[in-house]
Amino acid sequence: MIFSGRVWKYGDNVNTDVIFPGKYTYTVSDPNQMAKYALEDIDPTFAKSVQPGDIVVGGSNWGNGSSREQAVTCLVMAGVRVLIAKSIARIYFRNAVNGGLLPVVCPEAVEAIQPGEVITVDSEHYRVRCAAGEFSFPALSPSLKAILEAGGLIPMLKAKLANSAQK
Amino acid sequence: MGYTFAEKALARAAGLPLVAAGQIVDARPDVILSHDNTAPIYETFKKLGISRVKNPEKLAITLDHAVPAPTTKHAQNHAEVRAFVAEQGVSHFFEAGRGICHQVLSEEGVILPGELILGADSHTTHYGWFGAFGAGIGRSEVAALWATGELWLRVPESMKVVVTGAWNPGVTAKDFCLKLIGDLGVDGGIYMSIEFHGEAIESLSLDSRAVIPNMMAEFGAKTAYLPPTPAVLEYMGKRARRPFTPLYPDPDAHYDAVHHYDAGQIEPMVACPDSPDNVKPLSQVAGTPIQQAFLGTCTNGRIEDLAAAAAVIKGRKVAPGTRLLVIPASSLILNEALRLGYIQTLLEAGAMLGVPGCGPCMGNHMGIPAPHEVTISTANRNFKGRMGTTEAPLYLSNPAVVAASAVTGVITDPKTL
Repeated sequence: MIFSGRVWKYGDNVNTDVIFPGKYTYTVSDPNQMAKYALEDIDPTFAKSVQPGDIVVGGSNWGNGSSREQAVTCLVMAGVRVLIAKSIARIYFRNAVNGGLLPVVCPEAVEAIQPGEVITVDSEHYRVRCAAGEFSFPALSPSLKAILEAGGLIPMLKAKLANSAQK
Repeated sequence: MGYTFAEKALARAAGLPLVAAGQIVDARPDVILSHDNTAPIYETFKKLGISRVKNPEKLAITLDHAVPAPTTKHAQNHAEVRAFVAEQGVSHFFEAGRGICHQVLSEEGVILPGELILGADSHTTHYGWFGAFGAGIGRSEVAALWATGELWLRVPESMKVVVTGAWNPGVTAKDFCLKLIGDLGVDGGIYMSIEFHGEAIESLSLDSRAVIPNMMAEFGAKTAYLPPTPAVLEYMGKRARRPFTPLYPDPDAHYDAVHHYDAGQIEPMVACPDSPDNVKPLSQVAGTPIQQAFLGTCTNGRIEDLAAAAAVIKGRKVAPGTRLLVIPASSLILNEALRLGYIQTLLEAGAMLGVPGCGPCMGNHMGIPAPHEVTISTANRNFKGRMGTTEAPLYLSNPAVVAASAVTGVITDPKTL
């Protein structure tokens, strides 16, 4: 797939508490409401002006901290389909794949991408294109790709369970 | 070439003779942990189109993140968890007030040395204190585990941290963790299994051992491990309701990185706002005014921590303009602290006592600071906004420093009292 969108760029070690504050974890349970609080404690302008298709770019260790899946869900519900970072904290990486958010680990692209520019990500050929040039990123393993293509872990598993029940 | 702890533990959990770092395996955890987040996980589970959890005897559920329920919404969430537990026949359920999941599951022997626990909580690394492989996962993954009993895991590379020598008085496992995270950064152990070896690690009490793997969530680690000592095996053996086999890495296992520390060179450390790796020696931040001191959490809410705080505070008072909040990590700890007189000492000094649970650690309730109020806490995490407002700076330290700071109203080295 080709994703094209405007960039929101942040720094290193953006943690889950600033992406989706802990105080909302048991009070905001409707995924549709989660987008309203996305990145609230690092960038209060994000939730107000994010557009479907926008791309979030972070530095190293994006999403460190809590295991809360809402830190992925809030971006997905805001219309973000791709996250590019220098590195992604391990639970966040899993949550991204499972939540249908394409995680792109590409330090060179992060260095080159400018805030606000429109960039393109090609998930078939593993390339990021921005004003400063084109960068390739490592392929995802086939099993992770299958989860993303199914729209996330739960849709994939649902189809699999339905399939095995028929047999 | 031998095998690391992570390789051995995931080979066991995947039912394979051998696995190596980098390999992706389908692992079958012995225990699947969730807490107050069980209700939203159940909502996700229902989307799978099946009605029964595959292995209810493997589920462990605590109510701890907001207990007792601070709002109707939280109470509703708890009610949904209880209904799920009854409906599915969940074996290991611990009510509000019993304590924080990681402490309670340790006390109850729900998970044992050499086993695999996956939990919808980032501090599931905790169980390395007795040699279990613990890793945090997302809510959807827990729903998937309820349905199938297995989940893909990448076998992590390993880092070895060797701590030799002897600890100086007043220096704790917490100070060592802050030193390590400060030296190598909050991503210093990203994706890795961190093994802790050496005589200084072996010399730690059981309570102190638990601090280390708990804090490794703040190091980016997938899991963390301390080789079980005879004292650990005795503790777990008394609680175990099934046989278990502790795992030890081979002497010739491969480590991607090895770090050496001399325990005698480590001094009390403090993590400053807004990151657990913004670490300074206590001597450099002493004198910083605080309004709240918080003693508790899965990191430092055990009996040894309450004892250290009580020893500092005995015969003293909490400073005017300062609050000391004490929340034991479990009901057993609270009981023991009552028996030993620590609670009385703390209350006589002017402390507030909370119900065993997570308390204000992640900003839910029971001790949220006002904007511009400074908190020093024994917790593991001091991210911006962590305790409810981005305007309230958070410092992290060991329990004696928290207690001493409560007495003076400024960050204080207990030795100077």
